[in-house]
Amino acid sequence: MKFTIDWLKQHLDTDLNDKEIINNLTNVGLEVESFENAPSELDDFIVAKIINAQQHPNADRLRVCDVDIGKSETVKVVCGAPNAKKGLFTVYAGPGAIIPKNQMKLSISKIRGVTSYGMLCSEAELKLSDDSEGITELSEKYKEKIGKKYFDSKTPKVVDLSITPNRPDCLGVRGIARDLAAAGIGSLKKIKDSKLNQNFDQDLKVTIKKEKKQGCTIFGSCLIRGVSNKESPQWLKDKIVSLGQKPISAIVDITNYVMIDLNRPLHAYDADKVSKEIIVRNSKKGETFEALDNKKYSLDDDMCVISDHSGVLGLGGIIGGTRSGTELETKNILLESAYFLPRSIRKTSKLLNIDTDAKFRFERGIDPKSIEAGLIKAADLIKEVCGGEVSKFDIQRLEEEKINKVKFEISLFEKITGFKIEKKEIIKIISNLGFKINENKESLDLEIPSWRPDITQPIDIVEEIVRIKGYEHIQTLTPEKSRLKPTLNRQQKLFHFLQRSVASKGFFETVTWSFTDSKINNLFKEKYNEIKIVNPISSDLNVLRNSIFPNLIFYLKKNIDRGFKDLSFFEIGPVFSGIKPGEQLTVIGALQAGKYFRLNWQETERNVDVFDAKRDTIQTIVEAGFSKNKLIIKDQAPSYYHPGKSGSVFLSTEEDKPIAFFGEIHPNIVKKLDIKTDALIGFEIYLDFFKETKKKLKDQKSQFEYSDYQKSERDFAFVIDKKIKAQDLIDIIVSIDKDLIKNVKVFDVYEGENIPKDKKSIALNVTVQSSEKTLTEKDLEKINNLIISTVESKSGAKIRS
Amino acid sequence: MSDIKKIKDEYLNKLDKDQNIESINQIKTELFGKNGIVSNEFKMLGSVSQEERKKFASDLNFIKEELQNKITSKIEEIETKEINLKLENEKVDVTLPERDFKQGKIHPVSQVIDEISSIFSEIGFSVEEGPDVENEYNNFSALNTPDNHPARDMHDTFYLDEKKELLLRTHTSPVQVRTMLKGKPPFKIIAPGRTYRSDSDQTHAPMFHQVEGLHIDKDINMGHLKGCLNYFIKEFFEVDKLKMRFRPSHFPFTEPSAEVDIGYEIKDGKIIIGEGDKWLEILGCGMVHPNVLKNVNVDPSKFQGYAFGIGIDRLGMLKYGINDLRAFFETDYRWLSHFGFDPLDVPSSYRGLSR
Repeated sequence: MKFTIDWLKQHLDTDLNDKEIINNLTNVGLEVESFENAPSELDDFIVAKIINAQQHPNADRLRVCDVDIGKSETVKVVCGAPNAKKGLFTVYAGPGAIIPKNQMKLSISKIRGVTSYGMLCSEAELKLSDDSEGITELSEKYKEKIGKKYFDSKTPKVVDLSITPNRPDCLGVRGIARDLAAAGIGSLKKIKDSKLNQNFDQDLKVTIKKEKKQGCTIFGSCLIRGVSNKESPQWLKDKIVSLGQKPISAIVDITNYVMIDLNRPLHAYDADKVSKEIIVRNSKKGETFEALDNKKYSLDDDMCVISDHSGVLGLGGIIGGTRSGTELETKNILLESAYFLPRSIRKTSKLLNIDTDAKFRFERGIDPKSIEAGLIKAADLIKEVCGGEVSKFDIQRLEEEKINKVKFEISLFEKITGFKIEKKEIIKIISNLGFKINENKESLDLEIPSWRPDITQPIDIVEEIVRIKGYEHIQTLTPEKSRLKPTLNRQQKLFHFLQRSVASKGFFETVTWSFTDSKINNLFKEKYNEIKIVNPISSDLNVLRNSIFPNLIFYLKKNIDRGFKDLSFFEIGPVFSGIKPGEQLTVIGALQAGKYFRLNWQETERNVDVFDAKRDTIQTIVEAGFSKNKLIIKDQAPSYYHPGKSGSVFLSTEEDKPIAFFGEIHPNIVKKLDIKTDALIGFEIYLDFFKETKKKLKDQKSQFEYSDYQKSERDFAFVIDKKIKAQDLIDIIVSIDKDLIKNVKVFDVYEGENIPKDKKSIALNVTVQSSEKTLTEKDLEKINNLIISTVESKSGAKIRS
Repeated sequence: MSDIKKIKDEYLNKLDKDQNIESINQIKTELFGKNGIVSNEFKMLGSVSQEERKKFASDLNFIKEELQNKITSKIEEIETKEINLKLENEKVDVTLPERDFKQGKIHPVSQVIDEISSIFSEIGFSVEEGPDVENEYNNFSALNTPDNHPARDMHDTFYLDEKKELLLRTHTSPVQVRTMLKGKPPFKIIAPGRTYRSDSDQTHAPMFHQVEGLHIDKDINMGHLKGCLNYFIKEFFEVDKLKMRFRPSHFPFTEPSAEVDIGYEIKDGKIIIGEGDKWLEILGCGMVHPNVLKNVNVDPSKFQGYAFGIGIDRLGMLKYGINDLRAFFETDYRWLSHFGFDPLDVPSSYRGLSR
C-alpha cells in the first residue's frame, strides 16, 4: 500500500513531521516497508568521470571513452563531443535511460563498429540549457559524487506499507489516517459535503440475480452523462505516478484514485456500450470475455459476472472487460460501486489466476457501507474534471447488511496483556477507531465498524486496544524455571548423541534438502514408493528423498569435482517411506571417499574400505550404549552397496529390522554418477529401530565386577572352508564355556600358498580367565584341547600345526 | 679386623675408578660370591671370641653394607649413562608431521538448535517434534487459517497431491496442534525442525528451520511472552544489554500478535546485536488465538498462553556472521570446515553456549 504524506494529510490533521508519522505507523501495526522518493526518469543520470578517451578507430570525430560510473568496472562510451577528454567530470546515462530533450530511450548500440554502453550528455539534452556544443562539464567538487544521481530527487517521498491481511480498511489512505488518529496522532478530518446536483434517475436497469452462490450482495451505480474524458490534470497524474502506476485517462485515474483514497474499488463502464441492462449473475461454464488486461478468459460455472444482453461485461470485483471499457471518446458512463463476497472473489481469481488491486481489496473485505461515499467522491471529481450530469444513485441489494456486535468484558484486557488501563481510556481508543459503545459496569457492548470485517470476538478488541495504547506498555516478566517434563525424550537424546558421535569420527555434518532428484533417488529408493512433489521448485528437486544418500552423494561429487579427494560427510534427518504424515524415519547417512592415508610419510596409503565403514558403524552403536558382543552382523545390505563388501547390523538375533547398514557403495552407482574417487564407502543408521537399552547407564555402572585371578592367552590357527565366516568360528569358541572364555580376537586371515584353494587360515587369540580360581596348566590344557576339538568337529576346520 | 678395613678401602677405591659393568660384577663376586672375601669373613665369625664377636659382626655388617651400596649406585650410574647415550642416538625430528587426525564438524544449524534447546531447557521447556509432511488441516485450518484466508498466500506451499490435502509443513506451528491434541494443558514446549516454502533466492531457501514455542497455562499473559523472549534473545546472543521492541502485527493463529525487532549496529562491517539505532526483525509471536485452542479441545476461557516462531538459520547467520542462507544447504567442504563446530562443543548452561 503506497501513498504520500501529503495525501495522508488530506485526511489527517497533524503537526507531526514525516519521521514521527512513520514511527507511529509502525507502532500501531502498519509496518513501513520503505519511505523513499518515488522513482523518477531522472534517476538514470549519473555523475561520471572520463578515465580515458581515445580516438575512435573508424571515425575522426568520435572518441571512445572509458567512464567511471562508480562501479567496480568502467564502461565504454562512444562520444562525439569535442570536450570529451581524460579527467573530465560529466553526466552519464546508461542503457534504458530516457533523454529529457527528445524522449529517446537509450540502448546498447554499435557506433561505427565499437559498442557503446550509454551516453555522455550535453546540457541541452538534459534540458538544463541550450548548450549543445559539448557534454556537460562538472567541477572537481563532483569527485565525491561519482556513481551518484546527478539530479536531486524532486519526486515526493512515498510511504510503502506492508498491510497484514486482516486490515483491508488500511488499504485506503483514509483508513490509515483513522488508525493514526485513534493513536492520538492528530485528528481525522471530516469528509466535505457533496454539492452534487442529481436531477435525473439512473435509468439503466440493474438486477442482482437471486441464485445460490451469488457473489454480489450490493450493486450501487449512477450515470454520468455528457462527459468529455481526457488526460488527467497534473495533480491527479502526480498522485497516480507516486503509486508507481501509469496515468490512463481522467475517468480511469479517478476511479483508481478513489480506490486508494477510500479503499473503495469502483468501475466505470461506457454506458453506450452496455446492451440494454446490467445483470449481475453466476457465469456458465464456457462463457468467455476479453478483460482489460487484454487476455481472453474462459469462465467456469458460478463465477460472479457483470453482464448485459450480449454476454459477460466483466468479472465483478476482479476485472472489467474491453467491450464496455471507457475511452477518451466516451460520452456517457455508468459508475459501479458494489460489494462482492471475499470467498467468491478469492475462488474465482485463483481459478483464473488473476490478481488486481480491486481483487486484492475485495477478497480481504471492503466496507459495504462505503458504496455511496465512493460514488459521491468519484462523481464529484469526474464532474469537476470531465464535466457532465450525474444521475441519482441506484442501489440494488440482495440483503440488508447486518451490524456486527460484540460484548467485551473489560477485565479480559488485563488478563491477556498483563497490564491495566483505565476504562475511560479504553473507551476513548475504541470509539476513535469507530466503534459505537454502550457502556455497562464491567463490560462494553460494541457495534463493530462496517470497515472492520476482521473483528468478530472479544480477543480482537484486546488487540485493538493494546496496539493503539502501545506494546511498550507490556511488562517484561522474568521467566519462571518450572519444568513440566524432561527437555528431551529418549529418542531425542539418542538423536543428539549419535549426531555428535558420528561427527567425532571425522565426519562433517551437512544439512541437505528433504527433497531430491528422482533420477538419483531411484538408485537408492529400494522398496519405497516415489513421493512426487506436485509443484517442485525445479525438476531436479522433484521427489521427497527415500534415503539420505541421493543428496549426500550428489554434494560429495560436487566437492570431489572441486578437487577434494578424501571426504567424509554425514547427515542426520528424515527419509520418507510414504506420503502420509508420520511416514518418515530418522536416519544417519554417512559417506566417505578416497584414501585412509594419503601422502603419509609413515603409513602406507590405502583406500577406505568396508571395515572402515564397519568400525564407525559399530563404534557409534556401542557408544550409544549397546554391547558390542551382542550385535549380530549379517552380510545382507541394500542393492546400492557392493554385494560382496557390505553388511547389516542387528541388535539381537530376535530383531528382524537391522539398525544399520555399512559397506562399499556399489561400483555401478559410482560409475553411473561419474564419481571420480579411489573408493567410496558408506553407512546408514536407523534411529527408529533402536530398542531401549536393557539397562540404563546408571544401572550398568553399579554392577562393577572383575576377576583378580590370572588370565591366560593362547593363539590358534585354523584352516577352514572359505564359506565359513569368522563370526561363526568366534561364536563356536565363545559358546564352549562362556564363563571362562573372556575374549576371542581374530588377528590374521590368510589365503594362498600352502593353503588349499577353497580354504583359508584364520588365526585367533583366545583369552581365558576364571572368576573363581587361578587356572592350572592342566585346566588350561583341557580347555585348549576342547577349543580345538569343538571347532574341528563343528566347523570342519583343522588346526594348523 | 684392620685387614678388613684395608680391603674395604682398597675396593672402594677400585670401584671409584672402575667404569665398566662387567668388572663391577667381577668385584661383586670377589667380595660376596660363595668364596668371596666378605663372605669368608662371615664364615669366620664363629671362631671369634665371645667378647669380640659382637663388635666384629657389627663392623663386618657395616662394611658389607657400605660396599654393597657403592656397587649398586655404581651400577645405576653406569646404566643411566648407557641409556642416555642410547637415547641420544634415537633422537627424531619432532617437526615432522604427527599422525593424521580426522576432525569432524557439527553443522551450524545443529549447533544453533542445541543452543536454543539448552536455553529453553533452563526455563522449563521440553522439546516436541512433528512430521515434515503435514495435512492441510494441521498446517492451516486448525491454525485459524481457513481455505479462503488470504494469509495462505503468504505461504508458498509445496503440495504432495493434486487435492492439496498433503503438503510439506510451511512452519513448525502444526507441532502446536499435534502437541495440544494429544495432551492436556499446561503445555510448555519448543519444536525445532525443518520447514518448507516454494520460493528460492539469496535470502529464501526452499527448506529452512524454525523453532516454535508454546506456553499454555491458566494465566500466561503477554508479559510472560515478552519476558521469555527477552531472556532467550539475551542468552542466545550472549549479550548483557538488549534493545528489543514488540511491534503489532498479524498472524491468523495468534491474537494479539507481534513482530519482535532487536537493536543492532554495524561496526567495522560486522553486525553488533543489542545496541545501536537500527532495528532487525527477528521473530513473530502472540497470544494463541482462542479459535486455535478450541480446535485442539482446550477451553480458551480456562487456559491461555503464547506462541512464537523463530527462524533458526537466520539466528545462526546473525550470531556467527554467515552471509548467505543458501550456503547452509550446499555441503561445501570448505564452508562446513569453516562454519562447522567441534563435536565436543556441546552447548550447555554451565559451560556456556559457545566458546
